[in-house]
Amino acid sequence: MSTDTSTIVLIGHGMVGQRFLEALAERGLTGTHRVVVLCEEPRPAYDRVQLTSYFSGRTPEELSLTDAAFVEEHGIELYVGDPAVAVDREAREVTARSGLVVGYDVLVLATGSYPFVPPVPNKDAEGCFVYRTIEDLLAIEEYARRSTTGAVVGGGLLGLEAAGALRGLGLTSHIVEFAPRLMPVQVDEGGGAALLRTIEEMGLSVHTGVGTQEIVVGDDGAVTGMRLSDGSELSTDLVVFSAGVRPRDQLARECGLSVGERGGIAVDEQCRTVSDPRVFAIGECALAADGRVYGLVAPGYEQAETVAATIAEDESSFTGADLSTKLKLLGVDVASFGDAHGTAGDCLDVVYSDSRSGLYKKLVIGRDGTLLGGILVGDAEAYGTLKAFTGSVPPVSPESLVLPAGAGAPVQLGPSALPDDAIICSCNNVRKGTIREAVTEHHCTTVPEVKKCTKAGTTCGSCVKVLGQLINAELEASGVEVDKGLCGCFSQTREELYEIVLALRVTSYRELLDRHGREDARGGDGCEVCKPTVGSIIASLAPTIGAGTHVLDGEQAALQDTNDHFLANLQKNGSYSVVPRIPGGEIAPEKLIVIGEIARDFGLYTKITGGQRIDMFGARVEQLPVIWARLVDAGFESGHAYGKSLRTVKSCVGQTWCRYGVQDSVRMAIDLELRYRGLRSPHKLKSAVSGCQRECAEAQSKDFGVIATAGGWNLYVGGNGGATPRHADLLAQDLSDAELIRLIDRFLMFYIRTADRLERTSVWLDRVPGGLDHVRDVVVHDSLGICDELESLMAAHVAHYRDEWAETLDDPEKLARFVSFVNAPDTPDPVVAFVPERDQIKPDLPLLHIGLRPADDLLEGTATR
Amino acid sequence: MTLTLETTDLKVQLRLTDAWFTVCDLSTLLPGRGVAALLPDGSQVAVFTDRTGRLYAIDNRDPFTGAAVLSRGLTGTHQGHPFVASPLLKQRFDLESGQCLDDETVRVTTYEAKAA
Repeated sequence: MSTDTSTIVLIGHGMVGQRFLEALAERGLTGTHRVVVLCEEPRPAYDRVQLTSYFSGRTPEELSLTDAAFVEEHGIELYVGDPAVAVDREAREVTARSGLVVGYDVLVLATGSYPFVPPVPNKDAEGCFVYRTIEDLLAIEEYARRSTTGAVVGGGLLGLEAAGALRGLGLTSHIVEFAPRLMPVQVDEGGGAALLRTIEEMGLSVHTGVGTQEIVVGDDGAVTGMRLSDGSELSTDLVVFSAGVRPRDQLARECGLSVGERGGIAVDEQCRTVSDPRVFAIGECALAADGRVYGLVAPGYEQAETVAATIAEDESSFTGADLSTKLKLLGVDVASFGDAHGTAGDCLDVVYSDSRSGLYKKLVIGRDGTLLGGILVGDAEAYGTLKAFTGSVPPVSPESLVLPAGAGAPVQLGPSALPDDAIICSCNNVRKGTIREAVTEHHCTTVPEVKKCTKAGTTCGSCVKVLGQLINAELEASGVEVDKGLCGCFSQTREELYEIVLALRVTSYRELLDRHGREDARGGDGCEVCKPTVGSIIASLAPTIGAGTHVLDGEQAALQDTNDHFLANLQKNGSYSVVPRIPGGEIAPEKLIVIGEIARDFGLYTKITGGQRIDMFGARVEQLPVIWARLVDAGFESGHAYGKSLRTVKSCVGQTWCRYGVQDSVRMAIDLELRYRGLRSPHKLKSAVSGCQRECAEAQSKDFGVIATAGGWNLYVGGNGGATPRHADLLAQDLSDAELIRLIDRFLMFYIRTADRLERTSVWLDRVPGGLDHVRDVVVHDSLGICDELESLMAAHVAHYRDEWAETLDDPEKLARFVSFVNAPDTPDPVVAFVPERDQIKPDLPLLHIGLRPADDLLEGTATR
Repeated sequence: MTLTLETTDLKVQLRLTDAWFTVCDLSTLLPGRGVAALLPDGSQVAVFTDRTGRLYAIDNRDPFTGAAVLSRGLTGTHQGHPFVASPLLKQRFDLESGQCLDDETVRVTTYEAKAA
C-alpha cells in the first residue's frame, strides 16, 4: 500500500486527526505519501479537552494543537473550513464543499461526534446552545452578556464543565440531569452524592432525576425558561444542551459503509472499516472491534497510532481501551478507573466516605484481592498509583489506600512498588520500565527531560506527579548522590534553612553558620550566596522570630547585596538608581512634579519603568540620603526596586474610567501593593491587576496576577515574562476581596517558605512535586494544615512594615555609611562620570582606561565577559 | 553595631610606598562590609575586616568593569581564604593575594593593613 505516489486523505482535523498526522510524520509516511486534510471548523485542530479553559483566559491560539510549521514541514495539504461532503468509493474520490475533488489510496475518517440534542419543543429557539467547539463558546459568551441565568441540560462530564463556564460568566447556573445522580457514567451513587454536595456549595443549583420536556420561549422567540418532567418550570435566559454525543457517521452512511445499530462506523482491530479495506475510521466516529464507541481522547489516540502503523505495514491493533478518567471539574477531583461499577460480579467494595469534606473513595476488589477498579471524588491524589495497580494484588491492604493521611496507618504506596509493565501514562501508553530506562539508559534526571524522552505526561498531565516520584526513586537507586545544599557553607536547601530559622528563632547569620553550617565552613565568614539568602529569610520572618525589622540593622547590614545595602540599584559605573513607590501606578500631578524637580536638581537620567513607575539614574552614594530626604518629605517611600521583594502591582485604569471594566482594578492594585510592600522573598515578586478579561495590565505574566470578573476576581500565579516567559496558572476564580487577599497571603508565604534561592514563582511551581495542584491543595484546601500559620506570618509582616528609607534618614549611624570615601566623606567618586545623550546623561563608558589596572594586557583575552 | 570598647580608639592604617597612611577609625569597620578610602595619589582602596578582626585592603577598582565598587561587595571564606565578590558581575577576589578566584589571569593590587 505504501507505493511512492499514493495519497492519504484525512477527513476531520480534531485532536485524533492531528494525532494521526503526527503518527504519520513520526513514521516518515508524510515524506512518502501525499497527505490531504479536509477540516470543517474554521481553524486547525485544538485541544477540545481543555475547551472550558477559554473562559479562564486561554485564547483559541493557546488551545491550538498544531502550527503552520508542522503542516508545512511535512508537506501536509490542510484545507480548513472546507468539509468533505461526499465520498465516491468506486472512483476513490472525496468531494469537499468548495468543489475540491481529491483522489485517495487510503481514506481515514476522523469526523468525531456531534452533540445530542433531545427532541424537545423549541430546542432550536434563540438562546439554545451546544457545547462542542470554540465557535459554540464564543456564541455562548456573547449571549451571556445579556443574560442573568443559564441552565445546562446534562449532568455528565461536559455538562458540569459547561455549568462551571456559565458560572464563570457571571450567570446563576442550573444543571438538569435525567439520571438520579451527577456524572452517572463515571461515579456511583455515593460518589454522585459527594459531588452533588460540593457543587451545590459552590452556588450551582442541581436538579437530578428530572427530564426536560419543553423549552419555553417568549413573544420574541427567545428562551425564557424550561418545563421539567416533574411539572415544575425553571426560568432561564439561556440553555446549553450537553446531553451526550453521537458519532458523526452521516458521510459514511451515504457512501455505503456499514455503521452500528446505534451509530458509529464499524471497524476491525486495525480500525479498517469492515466494508472497504481502503477506508479507516478513528476516534469518536468509529465503532471499535469490541463493539464500543469511545468518547475519550486516549483511545482515539491509540486508534490513530494503530492506523498509522497499519499503513506503514507494521503490526498493530486496537482491541479496546480502558475508560479510566481523572478530571478536575469546577475544582473538584473526579476519577474513575478499571471496573468502577463492579460489573464483574463476585467482587467487594472498600468505601471511604466523608460527606463533610466532600470526599468519596471506592475500590472494587476481586475475591482474590485483585484491585479491579475504583472511584475517587474530592481527592484523586492516589489515582496514578491505583490505576497502575489495577489488575494486580496491591502489596498493602486496600483500605489503607483510601483512608486519608493521618487516619489510622497512612500508607504512602510509592510507585516504586509497581511492576515494570504497569502503565504510568495511559494517554501515551508509557510503561514504568520505559520511564526507568529513560533515567538509567538515557541519563534523564528531571521530569521535563523524561517527558521529552518518553512522551509520558505530555497529554493530560495526570501522571506527572508519579513520574517525578519514579525518577527520584530511580536516581536514588542508581546511587546518584545530588548535593542539594545551598552552597559550600550549608548542606541544607533554602527551604530547610527557612524551617530552621523559623523553628529555632535564629536571628543571626553567624549563629546559623556556626551551628548548622557544613563542618569546614563553621567559624568562617560564609559566602556571597548564603549571606543574602539567610538575610532574606531572616527579613521575611523578622517580626515573628524577633529579629530587627530593618535590613540594615546590626549584622543584617553585612548580609545584604550591595543594592539592599544602599537601598538603591547599583548601575554599571558604580552609580545608583532611585525608584520611589508609586502604588498601582497611580500618581498625583504634585508628586510627579516633585520627582521631576529632584531629577532636574541632581541631574539624574529618568525613565518610565515597565512596572508603571519612574526610575532616576546616576545618583552617587552620598547623594542618596539627600535625594530621599526630599522624596520622603513629599510623601514617597521606598519602592524596593533594589530588593528581592515585592516590586510593583501594575494596574489598568479599571471600572472607574474604562467602559469595559467590571471592577476597580486600581484600588485593588494599590491595596495589594501596600499590603505586600517590603516583603522579602526568595526572588523579586511582580504583580498586576486587570479590570476585565481584556487583561490590559498583563496580569498573567506576573508572579501573582488578578483579573476582574463580573463575580469578583480570578487569581493567577506563576506567570513570568523575561527570557523564559510563562503564562500564569489559574489558582482560583470569582473570589471576593477578602478571599483574594487571604489566598495571596497564603500563596506568597508558602512560596517564601519552600522556594529555592533566586527561584521565581514560575520555576518553583514547575519544580515542586505535584506542581500547581499541590500548591492549590495547600493554599486553597489547607491540605497541610498550615494556612493559619501562613496567614499569621503575613499579618506580622503587614503589621511591622516601616518605610526603610524614612527609618534610615532618622538613624545617623546608618546614614554615615552613605559616603564614597570613609576618609573624605564630601568627595564624590571621580570614577562616576557622565556624558550627555538625547538631552539627558549616560555613564561615561571608557572606564576601563582609567586608573590602575594590574593585568591590562591579559584582560584583552577575556573580552567576552 | 557590635563594637568592643578597647578597639574604639584604634585607627586603620595602610602601608604605602613610603609610610603608613591612616584611613579611618577601626570602629567604622563592620565585619563583612568594606569601606572605600581615597589615597593621596587619587587611587582608591577597599578595606575590610572579618569576624576574627583581621584587616584586608585591596584596590577598590573592579578590573572587569572599571567601576570603583569592590568595597561594596559581599565577603566570605573560600577554602579557608577570605574573599570579596564584586557587586557588579560577582567575580571573587582573594583578599590576601588580590588573585581573582574566577579568572586566574586577573589580580588586583593589595595593601598591607594594620590597626594602630
